[in-house]
Amino acid sequence: MSIGWKNDVDGALAEAQRNKRAVLIDFNAAPM
Amino acid sequence: MYPDTRVEKFINDNYVPVKIHIKEQPKTFERFGAQWTPTIQVLDADGTKRHQFEGFLPPDDFLSQLKLGLAHSAFARQQWKEAESCYDDIVKTLPASDAAPEALYWLGVSRYKSSGDPTALQQTAEAFKTQYRDSTWAKKASVWAK
Repeated sequence: MSIGWKNDVDGALAEAQRNKRAVLIDFNAAPM
Repeated sequence: MYPDTRVEKFINDNYVPVKIHIKEQPKTFERFGAQWTPTIQVLDADGTKRHQFEGFLPPDDFLSQLKLGLAHSAFARQQWKEAESCYDDIVKTLPASDAAPEALYWLGVSRYKSSGDPTALQQTAEAFKTQYRDSTWAKKASVWAK
């Protein structure tokens, strides 16, 4: 299993509105 | 924390997850007031921040914080029964996690908000006499004791 991370906060908020979910943001500096 | 399958499943089942890298989106850090990495924030769909925590946590503590975020979100929306269920889940399934004493406190508040019965607060104060006795949350709940 892997997490379906997105990188667009506003897109995620719109999706959360549609699906009645909360948004989880991971602010990180891990090596890419 | 993320390689843990319970954490992955909980995030996929309950959240719209976003990962923001400081070098790629520094303005998003500013927009949401993130000052350190890792910082984890839980937002309602309207963008209101409901929970935040910083720093690495082992899987059980990380998972309990994710659950606490959903619980706080339900509480803030005055969905008392939903909040009660979320807080109760933390206390029952992750009793040794750092978030459990806080969850026990807010479980009592949610029950009181839901029922209007102050007995819920007294029972919470009693529960703190046998568990999490040295926690800050036990001190906070102590005023509810008979």
